[in-house]
Amino acid sequence: MNRGSKFIFGIMTVGIFFMLSLAVGAAVIEKAEEKKDDIPKFFVPKPPPSGSFPCSKCHTYRAIDKKKRKLELSHTGITLKHAEEQRWCYDCHEGDKLKLQNGQLIDFDKSYLLCGQCHGTIFRDWKAGIHGKRTGLWEGEKVYLLCVSCHDPHQPKYKPIEPKEPPMKPADIKLKK
Amino acid sequence: MSKKIRNNPLGISMDRRMFLKSAAAGIAAASALPVSAADAFDINAFLQKHFREMTEDEIKKVIGRLEKEASLEWKKDVRISAAKATPGVKFGYGLDLSRCIGCRKCVYACVSENNQSRNPQVHWISVLKFKKGEKWIDLENSEKYYNPKEVPEKDSFYMPVQCQQCEDSPCVKACPTQATWKEPDGIVVIDYNWCIGCRYCMAACPYGARRFNWSKPNVPANELNTETHYLGNRPRYKGVVEKCTFCIQRTRAGKYPACVEVCPVGARKFGNLLDPKSEIRYLIENKRVFRLKEDLNTNPKFYYFFAT
Repeated sequence: MNRGSKFIFGIMTVGIFFMLSLAVGAAVIEKAEEKKDDIPKFFVPKPPPSGSFPCSKCHTYRAIDKKKRKLELSHTGITLKHAEEQRWCYDCHEGDKLKLQNGQLIDFDKSYLLCGQCHGTIFRDWKAGIHGKRTGLWEGEKVYLLCVSCHDPHQPKYKPIEPKEPPMKPADIKLKK
Repeated sequence: MSKKIRNNPLGISMDRRMFLKSAAAGIAAASALPVSAADAFDINAFLQKHFREMTEDEIKKVIGRLEKEASLEWKKDVRISAAKATPGVKFGYGLDLSRCIGCRKCVYACVSENNQSRNPQVHWISVLKFKKGEKWIDLENSEKYYNPKEVPEKDSFYMPVQCQQCEDSPCVKACPTQATWKEPDGIVVIDYNWCIGCRYCMAACPYGARRFNWSKPNVPANELNTETHYLGNRPRYKGVVEKCTFCIQRTRAGKYPACVEVCPVGARKFGNLLDPKSEIRYLIENKRVFRLKEDLNTNPKFYYFFAT
């Protein structure tokens, strides 16, 4: 074998390896989604869709522009502060659905699968009931919130809120006569 | 005819007729005292036994009397439960210090759920603020009265402290009347009808978790939570000690405590320590956990943890 054919053979081997691993990876994700047991059953209702849902009402008439730019015509309310250097709309959105890394399209109410791709440890804690808020019964049916119920997916840092008033200092507590 | 009934060292001699006469006069005088309906003296309240020595029937009677009293006073149907601990349950609590933002929503949810006095103010939860990176375990150097526009503040973290429901509770050991004890499900409770208000338990508690009613608890009638438990949030009296009971009226009915349900960041976790599948067991096994003042051997069932 000469050098050139060795090189081509090497590329092919690597390529086949990558394709195989991708396929296996996709199968694993699909399997994880099928295994419904560890996914909690009870959610709060879907987060209210923003004014621009469904996406298809405009995007069927627009060509896909994957270039990063400042949006001036629409979606002006969205500021991307979530690994914005590496990311653009079409990494997570496609049509009226969300897009996983393996290309699989999912509904908005399964958005935890999208978030769980990167935030795996948090996803695991969320399924166990450690991350995020639970209401309901401590030994029974619980209501789980979706990631996006508390975190804006485009700016996920939890927003500061106003605290309730501080307790009275002992000196200010007066007994009623 | 004056027959001595028995020897008496004071040398008072009284015959049968004289005794009966004076006794009758005494009863007549006592019954003539002005008694208003509101503070009618109920002999049953005086003769009430210790809660753990009462039979089911006796508990039912006491609860009936207390419900009647409370409903009269608040002009509302107040229900007092005496639900017992479920076998195989020991409650544990988890609080994620990496998530708590110090908003104090738990404090006020607790006040309205558990009918604490509004003025004078009684809070069962204290949220302490610490500077990040400094030696912080000196609880006395923490800030309790912080009041910024928004929380969380930069370089600060927050630690809510409430009753730690110790397995070896110093408060229970200190009580001279056994008015406070640990229930089989691990909740340390107080019988407000048995507490004499000596506050020894408050001095004994290393967490400052107990509160004293210096005056009659002041709760607006429209804000009164009428779903109550005898050992928990039923209306209290002046001069008794109270504290967090993990919302005994909710948790014994299967629900989460009020502070867990209100926490906006989901920092508060609750569950059965004896159930290996519970949230609390998961976090104890998988997260970095500590308990407050562990060195005192009080063995709290309140676990602070870091989820990140």
